[in-house]
Amino acid sequence: MSEAVAYRIRDLHKEYAGREVLSCEALDVLRGEVLGVVGPSGAGKSTLLRLLNFIEPPTRGWIEFEGARFSAEQGISLDLRRRVTTIFQRPLLLNRNVWDNVTYSLRLRGQRDAREPAQAALERVGMENLARQDARSLSGGEAQRVALARALILNPAVLLMDEPTANLDPYNVGLIEQIIRQVNQERRTTIVLVTHNVFQARRLATRVAFLLSGRLIEVGDVEQFFQSPADARTKAFINGEMVY
Amino acid sequence: MVMSSALFEIIFLTLHVSGTALLLSTLIGIPLGVLMGLRRFIGRRWVVALLYTGMGFPPVVIGLFVYLLLSRAGMLGQLNWQIIPELFTPGAMILAQTIIAFPLVGGFTMAAVMSVDPQLRQQVISLGATSRQAALTVLWEARMGVIVAIIAGLGSIISEVGAVMLVGGNIEHRTRVMTTAIVLETRKGNFDLALTLGVVLLGMAFLINLAMLRLQGRSFNE
Repeated sequence: MSEAVAYRIRDLHKEYAGREVLSCEALDVLRGEVLGVVGPSGAGKSTLLRLLNFIEPPTRGWIEFEGARFSAEQGISLDLRRRVTTIFQRPLLLNRNVWDNVTYSLRLRGQRDAREPAQAALERVGMENLARQDARSLSGGEAQRVALARALILNPAVLLMDEPTANLDPYNVGLIEQIIRQVNQERRTTIVLVTHNVFQARRLATRVAFLLSGRLIEVGDVEQFFQSPADARTKAFINGEMVY
Repeated sequence: MVMSSALFEIIFLTLHVSGTALLLSTLIGIPLGVLMGLRRFIGRRWVVALLYTGMGFPPVVIGLFVYLLLSRAGMLGQLNWQIIPELFTPGAMILAQTIIAFPLVGGFTMAAVMSVDPQLRQQVISLGATSRQAALTVLWEARMGVIVAIIAGLGSIISEVGAVMLVGGNIEHRTRVMTTAIVLETRKGNFDLALTLGVVLLGMAFLINLAMLRLQGRSFNE
């Protein structure tokens, strides 16, 4: 596998109760890129992220990550799985304070002294003053920033983001987008950003993939994708003409 | 003096029998509840149905089953293994009380675990948790409900009389516990002693529940 490729996806299919929800013939996620994945609801975007995080196995096909294949027959090692993490649309924090939530992911790896990385992660998301606050009392934007901090503390090779700014106020949207840019530029973290917001994809992504009804319709560089899409359905989606 | 030493003996045996039974029920019931709450497997519905049936099973019937199992002609009694307790011993009472309490601990634990948002497990796995770490995290998040499960288990055995009477026999200095002593003293007309035992039993239950609430991090003011 090329050094420049983080994930190689081939003939990937996922079914639930016999119904196919995702079918992707071929897709490469490049190392250090921000791949925006856009598409309407039910397009299979979140399913793709669960497969990329190795939470669920595919029904058929495979994903290659750092030289290891992940398929229905072949699982992936814990070490490799721990190099990837996801930020969910609705972050669920533990019934503990902010500090314990942020250090939780390091404790899972047996790291007891998490003071410095936790402090740095909290500062990065602007939550250092709320470290002792009960996590359940936070606003939606604050909770998402804590979720971001508990992921960033791991310094993952790949950060998967599932609609991370949906339902947030403009201040938090701006802050989170800024953090995404910084993390990608400073650490060269590969980011797969699922969003139904084409404007956000255009602002953040280096390449964009369009999923529709579980199928990968088109993938290309951000400028080419938005200015001269190859597929009529992509054009309709970008222009807001698609009825779904 | 004789009275008070007999009373302490009864209290100690009650705590020993019910405490050990509760510990065993917790060791069986909590993993069972977590398994039922988190895993989907063929036959799960049957196991859940059995667990729910166990939660409502009359203790005296369980006492009868244990009696029949442990009697010399019974399935377990005839094995003569050291690990199997004899009838009319504290061991037999512990076995009966464990069978009474573990479905309650397991059933309430399952409900508590299922009340935790299923997305949480997925999110902690995405943070790098192993299946075991994820299950323990969910269990910790469900801790309020789990403590209620343990309290329910304790409540079912500390006040129970039918099963311990059947398999223990209420033998003085051997298998007499608070509830069987209250029945005996009432029958003898020693209402003062029966009432004293009743008050002590209530006090014990109150103190144990208070300790459980402290474990939940709550007070009676909440």
